[in-house]
Amino acid sequence: MAHSGINVLFEGTNFARLMGGLWTAIWIAALALVIGLALGTLLGLLRTMNSKIIRFILMIYLEFFRIVPTVVLLFLVYYILPRQFHVNWPATWMAILAFALWVSAEFSDIVRGALESVPVHQRETGLALGMNEWQLFRYVLLPQAFRLELPATINLATRVIKTTSLLMMISIMDVINVGQQIIEANNQNYPTGVFWVYGLIFFLYFIVDYPLARWAKHLMAG
Amino acid sequence: MDWSVISQSLPNFVAGFKLTLWLSFVGIIGAIIVGIIASLIQFFKVPVISRIVTAYVELARNTPLLIQLFFLYYAFPVMGWKMSAKTAGIIGLIFLGGAYMAEGFLGGFDGVPKSQIEAGEALGMNKLQLARYVVFRQGLALSMPALAANVIFLIKETSIFSVIAIPELTNTALDLIGMYYRSNEYLFVLVVAYAIILIPLIIFFDWLERRVRYGTFGN
Repeated sequence: MAHSGINVLFEGTNFARLMGGLWTAIWIAALALVIGLALGTLLGLLRTMNSKIIRFILMIYLEFFRIVPTVVLLFLVYYILPRQFHVNWPATWMAILAFALWVSAEFSDIVRGALESVPVHQRETGLALGMNEWQLFRYVLLPQAFRLELPATINLATRVIKTTSLLMMISIMDVINVGQQIIEANNQNYPTGVFWVYGLIFFLYFIVDYPLARWAKHLMAG
Repeated sequence: MDWSVISQSLPNFVAGFKLTLWLSFVGIIGAIIVGIIASLIQFFKVPVISRIVTAYVELARNTPLLIQLFFLYYAFPVMGWKMSAKTAGIIGLIFLGGAYMAEGFLGGFDGVPKSQIEAGEALGMNKLQLARYVVFRQGLALSMPALAANVIFLIKETSIFSVIAIPELTNTALDLIGMYYRSNEYLFVLVVAYAIILIPLIIFFDWLERRVRYGTFGN
């Protein structure tokens, strides 16, 4: 007999499994962000330097990630690493690598913009105080740039979280993949289960992303 | 890299290329229309409707396109509303893109100086006239950078259509890889295909942004 569709969420361990899938998506996003932001800071710093060659190479790097859709990026890493470089990592690592490279490219542009908008007199004051390049960067430029780049960084984080929905495409057991399995397994008893499962996943992404988006907006207004 | 593999696959990629262009075009036009209407409603704070519009914008912007498509394509039929994959794709892209466009246009409208609106009011314009002659035109010019970014973003988002088996570029490549396992060649063509679409657009928008900025009042 057909049951009310919403109960499919609470049958057996379904709900816990969906949460587990969401957790997979979140830690992949978090790890990719940490690595990507670190690498992006370095690249952004290099882009403010005077070397034309470095700037040109990094611009090509950024434009590559601007042109290639994230789905394609995921597949590039997923297929090319094992076949060309004989790197046989688990799919989760591949996804983290793909996302981290993408984040580093986008973030390098945010960092460059922020560093360039720190007023020149700040840098000059630092130099007048006898700071060296490293001290200037560490104590003057970075703290001020950080505040300027925070809203854009949070927005980037919300995009990375949304992009984790693509993980199912390289067979990672993320929340959507788990959802599909639950739908297929319960199709007989809960014909409307699909509506509730995808509805819940839609809602889950929203409650993760919406507060972050609000925070970024709040920072930009303030 | 085997060039004969590439040349044999070209007819498939050309078909996928055309489909990507077509779906992007229809989706983006739809998104712009939805975005303009939604942003004007938000800008003039039309009672009740503007709250609904804000809820829509937040929902669409803070959820992934992939799950929106799954909802349209797999969950809606259960409720008795069946649609083809391409229809679901276009509706999904308009749903997502409309919200992004609305945000972009609203940013532009908010950038129109208050003095312009007050001048319009002093001339005895009503809300519709203000919208049409004052806010809309100047706001649109101001929102050009956001519009450009959104267009490029939405074209890239069509790659997600591959999950509901719409044979656009990405789906074409994945299908070919599944059949012949020549991932290097097909992924290469795929990246080149997106570059062919996006690089001229990026250059065009750069040029357009400079033109529009030059044309603003008081500059």
